Amino acid sequence: MNGEPITGAVGAPRPRIEGPLKVTGTARYAADVPMPGLAHGWIVTATVSRGRLRAIDTSAALGMPGVLGVLDHRDAPRLNPAAGNYFGPDGSLQLLQDDVIPYAGRPIALVLAETLEQARAAAGAIRVDYDVQPHDVGFHLDHPASRPASTAFGPEADTGDVDAELAASAVVIDERYRTPEECHSAMEPHAATAWWENGHLYAVDSNQGAFSVSQVLAALWSIDRDRVHVRSEHVGGGFGGKGLCGPQVILAAMAGERFERPVRVTLTREQVFEATASRPPTDQQVRIGADADGRLRAVHHRAAYALSPLAEYIEWCTEQAKILYAAPAIRTQLTAVPLDVLPPASMRGPGATPGSFALESAMDEVAERLGLDPLELRLRNQPTAAPVSGRPFSSRRLISCLQEGARRFGWAARDRHPRTRREGPLLIGSGMAATSFSAGVFPSTASITAETDGTFTVGIDASDIGTGARTALTAVAADALGVGTEQIRIRIGDSDLGMAWGAGGSRGTTSWSFAIIEAAKKLRERLDDPARPVTATMDTSALIDYQPARERQTFSAVFAEVTVDPATGEVRVRRLLGMFAVGRVINPMLARSQVVGGMIMGLSMALHEESVRDPGTGRQVNGDFAGYHIAAHADVPDIEADFVPDYEPQDPSGFNGLGEIGTAGTAAAIANAVWHATGRRQRSLPIRLDRVLEAVPAQAPAGEVHAA
Amino acid sequence: MTGTFSSAITLHVNGTDHELTVDNRRTLLDALRENLGRTGPKKGCDHGQCGACTVLLDGRRVVSCLTLAVAAEGAAVTTVEGIAGDGALGPIQQGFVRLDGFQCGYCTPGQICSAVGMLAEHAAGWPSAVTADVSPDGPAHELDTAEVRERMSGNLCRCGAYPSIVRAVLEAAAREEAAR
Repeated sequence: MNGEPITGAVGAPRPRIEGPLKVTGTARYAADVPMPGLAHGWIVTATVSRGRLRAIDTSAALGMPGVLGVLDHRDAPRLNPAAGNYFGPDGSLQLLQDDVIPYAGRPIALVLAETLEQARAAAGAIRVDYDVQPHDVGFHLDHPASRPASTAFGPEADTGDVDAELAASAVVIDERYRTPEECHSAMEPHAATAWWENGHLYAVDSNQGAFSVSQVLAALWSIDRDRVHVRSEHVGGGFGGKGLCGPQVILAAMAGERFERPVRVTLTREQVFEATASRPPTDQQVRIGADADGRLRAVHHRAAYALSPLAEYIEWCTEQAKILYAAPAIRTQLTAVPLDVLPPASMRGPGATPGSFALESAMDEVAERLGLDPLELRLRNQPTAAPVSGRPFSSRRLISCLQEGARRFGWAARDRHPRTRREGPLLIGSGMAATSFSAGVFPSTASITAETDGTFTVGIDASDIGTGARTALTAVAADALGVGTEQIRIRIGDSDLGMAWGAGGSRGTTSWSFAIIEAAKKLRERLDDPARPVTATMDTSALIDYQPARERQTFSAVFAEVTVDPATGEVRVRRLLGMFAVGRVINPMLARSQVVGGMIMGLSMALHEESVRDPGTGRQVNGDFAGYHIAAHADVPDIEADFVPDYEPQDPSGFNGLGEIGTAGTAAAIANAVWHATGRRQRSLPIRLDRVLEAVPAQAPAGEVHAA
Repeated sequence: MTGTFSSAITLHVNGTDHELTVDNRRTLLDALRENLGRTGPKKGCDHGQCGACTVLLDGRRVVSCLTLAVAAEGAAVTTVEGIAGDGALGPIQQGFVRLDGFQCGYCTPGQICSAVGMLAEHAAGWPSAVTADVSPDGPAHELDTAEVRERMSGNLCRCGAYPSIVRAVLEAAAREEAAR
């Protein structure tokens, strides 16, 4: 093949390749795959937050029609306790291994039956006695059990003299911000179908990375990874909640082994809440000092989050304090509080999403105190290099996002004084926030085969959890091979395709694209030889610069307009606009859908979402979609999102990830808009009716309507 | 065969009769998925709270997870698999693909069935909570974004495809209107 590749697939808006399957109901998700001889598993979960199992009485259940058996800690297959994840051994994977109850919702038994109804009825007939021990789910920043968080993601910041700079500041704010425990709530409950054949484990599972799940399963069963085959062709959303090896596939594999049948385990919606993962609650203190002209002198971000002693975890709330603004003194302190709760996991924009709520709310408070436009405050404090590491930025188009977003939103016409706009009984306000999210690349393997018919088959264990990976990677492969997209066939979602990063950390598409581009380069060198089929495979592990000299971040600016009804406390988002700098955009239509979806999750976080635990039992009391509201159609306005021209120099194609940055920033923009509407700060999420009602002054201006 | 715990029924699904024996506890959703292999309708919550299982029962939308299979006998059941006609995508389905009205696709079968049912409800003059004038002799209410959002709010989408879904539904409605 001669000449430069044809370009043009990347950058063009194209509908999803699998679209026709999804709109006709023919796309098969993990619980949809037909399977002869299938048995159904039903999970029994612990109802206490801490204790030990005294007795499990399965006798009634075992006598019920269709019941094949019950697995519990007394007889379940033994798992390798060393199996784990990124941080090392992970106790959350060790299901049915002992009598210890570390959190309410922990799976303690699995009933297997011929039908769903039989399994469910038998699960209800199992009697469990506990030795209940005192639990602690009372989370706060100064909890006595708190400890410094792991610094595996990077060191804490401690530049300059924060206290001296604060003392010398014209304005100092020192506030606490709180975000609740939240649930990823993908629409597809975690489901897996698993079976064993000749010492090999096969599973169709809902997850965000089939290869990593196969690695964990292989470790749990102490077998070669090549003997574990995990497929996840279509996944009904993840948002981080399916990033790890989930209980569904571990339990299905156990039962499949014991009963020598294919087993399907699907979590109920309640079990998704109590037994999968959560975004941990955060309690954050932000201190910012500024000169009268709006120059920041000090930023001190101290944040705590809850976790479980079962597994290490980092909710990196303080990262943006090291990236967004220049200041002579910056200090971050991240604290982990071990409690008797469900182990947390990354949820869309982990760290950055709750962290930016605190930091960007605090920046708004600084602007208020200075009598300065909050947009102007941000523009005055833009760094030329990363404020803490001192490294230059790879690409930093935040100013473009701020200015273009402000122009489109009509920000210049805004009166910065609060509680000045009314429409009938409604108070109107607008707010904004800036944000960043780290970008990068992880090792992956891609294979490309030039087929005899002139087409190319691309194989990579990418995961399409709604991101449009299949469609985006087809465009990347087409350009890399210099052919049209119609000549590309792509296979994803199969651990047999080789080692690959999952859909997480906003690094899926960059990691997979890199591998595809390298495989295409290698294949093109061999295409002069007419032999077909011919395959090239590339593993990018050795090609990645793990300590790049430049900070690689994506940026955005979010603008919101809200209406507040002081008589009901209802906040409605009327306008939401995001401008994003995320490198070169592969498919503008799908990319826009993804950042809009992220902003909607941020809206939902701002106004609706809260996992409420009863302190008496430690259990979540609102673990379904009636009690835990996620934004519905009627909550969501039309949303404007667009991209400023950007190119990531550290990526061979200029790409960066964009799956998570839409969520970060949105909650602060909305909270700041609610302040602008009402004159009262909302420092705890969600901005519930009662919090807004409380914030309405008793002496209402004439003509304002109040609830009786 | 009938007995204490099971019943022999006939389900009329997407134009075809199916005779089957079901556990009396079996929901229409599980009968469609487990007995008939119609896995288009999805189980998102099993509680009627998310709408992913929405199907049409004699043209009206129901959550099939809260409908017992034995209670659906005699009704015409339409699942998402029955929305397309003669192999071609229906107008709402086309709009979903072209305007990107979904991401993960899990809520999509319910959104599409709900949209079909909702457009019929609107055409029949049913008001919604945001309809300004609900008096019987009031003016025909136009289907705007507020009406679509209100009427589709029983169908949750965690990916946040709502704005595109609303556009796809309004576009399909306009096409239907023009074809009339």
